[in-house]
Amino acid sequence: MHPLKNILLLGIKELRSVMHDRVLVLFVIYAFTLAIYSGATGISGDVHNASVGIVDEDQSILSDRIINAFQPPEFDDPVQISAREIDRAMDDATYGFVLVIPSGFEADILAGRKPEMQLNIDATLVIQARTGASYIQNIISDELNRFETGSDEEQSLPMRLKTRFAFNPNANSVWFTGMTLLIEMITILSLALTGAALIREREHGTIEHLLVLPVTPFEIALAKVWANGLVIWIVSFLSLLLVIRYILNIPIAGSIGLFMTGTALYLFFGCALGVFLGTIARTMPQFALMTILIVLPMNLLSGALTPIESQPDWLQVATLALPTRHFVEFSQAILFRGAGLDIVWPNFLAVFVIGIAFLSYSIARFRKAIAA
Amino acid sequence: MASHPEKETTTNILQGLEPAVEIASLFHQYGKIEALADISIRLPKGKIVGIIGPDGVGKSTLFALIAGAKKIQTGVIFVLGQDMADAGQRREVLPKIAFMPQGLGKNLYSELSVFENLDFFGRLFGQAKAERRARIDLLVNSTGLAPFVDRPAGKLSGGMKQKLGLCCALIHDPDLLILDEPTTGVDPLSRRQFWALIDRLRKSRPEMSVLVSTAYMDEAEAFDHLIAIVDGSILAQGSSDEIKASTHSETLEQAYTALLPDSTEEQQPDVRVPPFDHKQREIVIKAEGLTKKFGNFTAVDSVDFEIRRGEIFGFLGPNGCGKTTTMRMLTALLEPTEGKSWLLGAPAKAGAIEMRKRVGFMSQAFSLYTELTVRQNLVLHGRLFNLFEDQIHQRIQTLVDQFGLSEYQNENAEKLPLGVRQRLSLAVAIIHEPEILILDEPTSGVDPAARDDFWRQLIDLSRNSNVTIFVSTHFMNEAERCDRLSFMDAGKVLATDSPEALKSLVGAQTLEDAFIAFLSKTRSDVEIGDVSFQKSTDGETSAAVASIRNFVSLKRLLAVAHRESLELLRDPIRTTVAFLGTAILMIIFGYGITFDVENLRYAALDHDQSPESRTYLEGFSGSRYFTEQPSPRSAAELDEDLKSGDIALALEIPPGFGKALIAGTKPEISAHVDGAMPVRANTILGYVQAEHISYLQDMARRLHGESPSLMAADIGERYRYNQAFKSIYAIAPAIIAILLIFIPAILMTVGVVRERELGTITNFYVTPTSKIDFLFGKQLPYIGISMINFVILVLLAIFLFKVPLKGDFFGLTLCALTYVTATTGIGLFVSTLTRSQLAAIIGTAVLTMTPTLHFSGLISPVSSLEGTSRMIGDIWPTTYFLKSSVGAFTKGLGFAELMPFLGAIAVFLPVVMLPTYLLMQKQDR
Repeated sequence: MHPLKNILLLGIKELRSVMHDRVLVLFVIYAFTLAIYSGATGISGDVHNASVGIVDEDQSILSDRIINAFQPPEFDDPVQISAREIDRAMDDATYGFVLVIPSGFEADILAGRKPEMQLNIDATLVIQARTGASYIQNIISDELNRFETGSDEEQSLPMRLKTRFAFNPNANSVWFTGMTLLIEMITILSLALTGAALIREREHGTIEHLLVLPVTPFEIALAKVWANGLVIWIVSFLSLLLVIRYILNIPIAGSIGLFMTGTALYLFFGCALGVFLGTIARTMPQFALMTILIVLPMNLLSGALTPIESQPDWLQVATLALPTRHFVEFSQAILFRGAGLDIVWPNFLAVFVIGIAFLSYSIARFRKAIAA
Repeated sequence: MASHPEKETTTNILQGLEPAVEIASLFHQYGKIEALADISIRLPKGKIVGIIGPDGVGKSTLFALIAGAKKIQTGVIFVLGQDMADAGQRREVLPKIAFMPQGLGKNLYSELSVFENLDFFGRLFGQAKAERRARIDLLVNSTGLAPFVDRPAGKLSGGMKQKLGLCCALIHDPDLLILDEPTTGVDPLSRRQFWALIDRLRKSRPEMSVLVSTAYMDEAEAFDHLIAIVDGSILAQGSSDEIKASTHSETLEQAYTALLPDSTEEQQPDVRVPPFDHKQREIVIKAEGLTKKFGNFTAVDSVDFEIRRGEIFGFLGPNGCGKTTTMRMLTALLEPTEGKSWLLGAPAKAGAIEMRKRVGFMSQAFSLYTELTVRQNLVLHGRLFNLFEDQIHQRIQTLVDQFGLSEYQNENAEKLPLGVRQRLSLAVAIIHEPEILILDEPTSGVDPAARDDFWRQLIDLSRNSNVTIFVSTHFMNEAERCDRLSFMDAGKVLATDSPEALKSLVGAQTLEDAFIAFLSKTRSDVEIGDVSFQKSTDGETSAAVASIRNFVSLKRLLAVAHRESLELLRDPIRTTVAFLGTAILMIIFGYGITFDVENLRYAALDHDQSPESRTYLEGFSGSRYFTEQPSPRSAAELDEDLKSGDIALALEIPPGFGKALIAGTKPEISAHVDGAMPVRANTILGYVQAEHISYLQDMARRLHGESPSLMAADIGERYRYNQAFKSIYAIAPAIIAILLIFIPAILMTVGVVRERELGTITNFYVTPTSKIDFLFGKQLPYIGISMINFVILVLLAIFLFKVPLKGDFFGLTLCALTYVTATTGIGLFVSTLTRSQLAAIIGTAVLTMTPTLHFSGLISPVSSLEGTSRMIGDIWPTTYFLKSSVGAFTKGLGFAELMPFLGAIAVFLPVVMLPTYLLMQKQDR
């Protein structure tokens, strides 16, 4: 009869319930402020403070120069170890890299004999291993160059490669991690807040009470979606302005309005999924387990942590069905690359359609699921 | 001043008797609300003492304090000569106390069978297997529970639940039995049986003291001594005769009403029901052959009835006889399996919104929003019924006055006493002035005075506003007030008529006798078994009692662990998810997470189109790392592609590149890499540089016939442990570390907080179970599950992902054991902070997700972290289990080499367990 009015009324009730649970509110605030801040400033995807061990069998001026060339922030001050310690130190992961400078190294260089150094790399450090190794290569080649020519002049090559990181000139990982964490938090909280609110109503019998009132499942479900979604939307908006832009100083390339519109769509999906799980799970522990089973893959396969390109082909197709992937794609596009609606609309559409699907399915079986 | 004479009486009555409980100047507050104010009592040994009083928090608080379940704020309590404020003395006396909290089966484990529940309590008190069996046999035989020993406690009827609760309380021969409203919500027959049991019990163990609260005055009449508590203070005490005499009342019910503070001014009239002439009225509720089956179980078996407009129609029957199910079918919450029902002439069906506006429903449990205030609840419902705003406020004003809610208007519903809550529920149910009111046990647990008030409202609605009322109840005096009544049992209606007619049909004096007479026609268990309780031989118990006083007891710890495992195994979803869930996640992650970046999409804008530029670009198109996208026409288009994320790398070759290269004027190629994802960006950069250098080397070979020396020295790169540099070798062991934290931690937290929410945590408070018994006992099963998971995950890694385990499996297993002890410990820690399951789940997820995924070296080594993140990373157990897992799998570390990691993980144990131990409360606050 008056669906909009009922949706509004029930939603306001929902907001009051959320505000009433102080511990919950604290966790939500923590998630969107401190957790993001400490995560973003603490985590670095690139080579940073990498630990290097050096076996210096040469003990020459050149070897000394090379050792001193390892500087923070990329590298910790290198530690000199003996050849016997290499295996042990790498086994217990004390050093990710161990460079061996053989004896007579400087003399061989001066004589143009092209001596060989050995660089041991812990290949289990999947991310750092390769980049770190190329950093070390560069450091050594610069030092050798300087040693030979006595100047910083580049070696003469027939052409130059000018590389530039677009959108994030220093490949600053704070930017990336800050955004990734924001996206992760939005996913977990939208789902958990809505689903758990439904289960709690169910455990307390209030949902059954609603079903005998002139209120339809559609109104009940939609009220939950908008109210919980709004809470997260406001908190993430504040987090974006205060934590991301102001405190972490991450420049936002695109339109914040567009991003928040996309976030609203994503929250619609997240809360709809929450309602869906709330109708399936019968108790809180069951809901908790389902949430883990769903949130972890959604976050890990979203492309936020590892590039989508690295997934096997079949999985790349499958993850198209994950709204998290679309969320990550359009967030990166808008926030880093300054993309507009003309570019991100397919992502928006996908998120919305998947949200509608979950919500309609939940509403269709709502009465049966709740009353049973 | 008023309490002075009563104190005199106390000493007179109880003089010479050794006290079982002594209380002096006891106060207890919840925030601003005073639950107990200056209570001083002496309760004698070997007597049954009843506490009566209106609903509120006082009685239950007093009992919880005496039982040691709650922490004493101010005042002194001595139970059986021991000071309850002293932890040591409490440990002495707890084995002698038994406490049954308020609520049907509140301290029972609903998933466990009758036998398993009893067995658990026996184990808690350190009884050996043979002794437990003997005691359980005795208890179930004497309570008539013997045929149901294998039934889960949750599936018992309310009366049986209470009997089981009593048996659990009696398993250790307590000297003090504390029963908080044991018969509330229990049908008359079960109530009768319950008290018969208590009588027999007291005869066989005369030294036992019983402390009980009740809302039934007929029960209170039989107690040795009564104490009336109103608003947290003792109003009167003495035998029931003394109390009746002091108030000049004939019945205890009247005496009780007279004792209440507000009754002093105006004596409330008795509840009278004006006669009802039902012949003239139309039928508004009708059921025909209404049947509901749940699986094989028939809850409601072809029930018929007709209710006329303005009639008060009652349902009376034992718990679980189908009353609630019938009402739920009428309100269309349940679909009947067979049969039909009509409300106001229209068939009851789910979608009928208009119909719902004409019906009011009040369910058994309080089902309004406890987090909203009284007024907010009323306004919300008024609006949902689509009343006009001014109409709502008028209506609320009327209801608030009528139901005496005005002083509570701005209080949250959760803080209201039970009786007030029921009044609020009724007010909400009639806010829209419905024509039909369906009430499911609306007065369970409400004190007599409030019940009378409630019924006055109902009668007024029926007689003056012509509202049809369909109500179920356990109270005989309420049933007497109905115009017509149906006796129900086992899903069937036994008889329907006016109370008088029903009595005369079987020639019974009272309605209760009539009810039991009808029931005994179809049932055989109306009279309970005749086995008497005996105290088991003293030799057996003394040894057990000595051992249960120990601070930590392996027996108790194992009892808790055993029970937790049983509960876990009974929950199919929890077990399947706990086992299969990790396996599924491992498979998804194993395929999903990889840092081997290949098939990167790139586009090249070749302004030169010379042979040189084409050769240069062929290097990229031929690489397995890159996949070429259609060439853009302009630099702007190239930028656009990069912006949309269609490509991750944009190459631009300037005009005249080929000529410049040949002329040696050092042309410049530009490579734009999408920097949004730094890890990927750096990897791409590395690939581009490698491709560039290989072109230069090729070129040099073509021109000079040899590869130029780009550097004065060679650097031999040796990728250790993982020559192929496949990320699965590092990722599979890492996934094991991730999965072994989330699922164990969340299962664990919920396991504890759930007990708190459902109330079974009381068993921990009032039994000699120590904090260590409880914490480790609950933890053990989850450690067990996690270890099984560990084995499953290792097998998946080896056989599905083909990651060989090169190192020592035993060493890794030990590390895993320490690790899951730590991760379940995190769950325990969070559980001490939160009270609701919701907060527990979100808290655990938020607190573990970030440190595990970001601070433990999964993505970037801990050594590269800074500040707080570094500190967390250095202590977080995942950091070291990750190292040991990767170490054992890929680096081939042996037992001795894995041990330092074990030590580092173990360091976390005290970090998490110590605060958990300190924060965990052995008593409720």
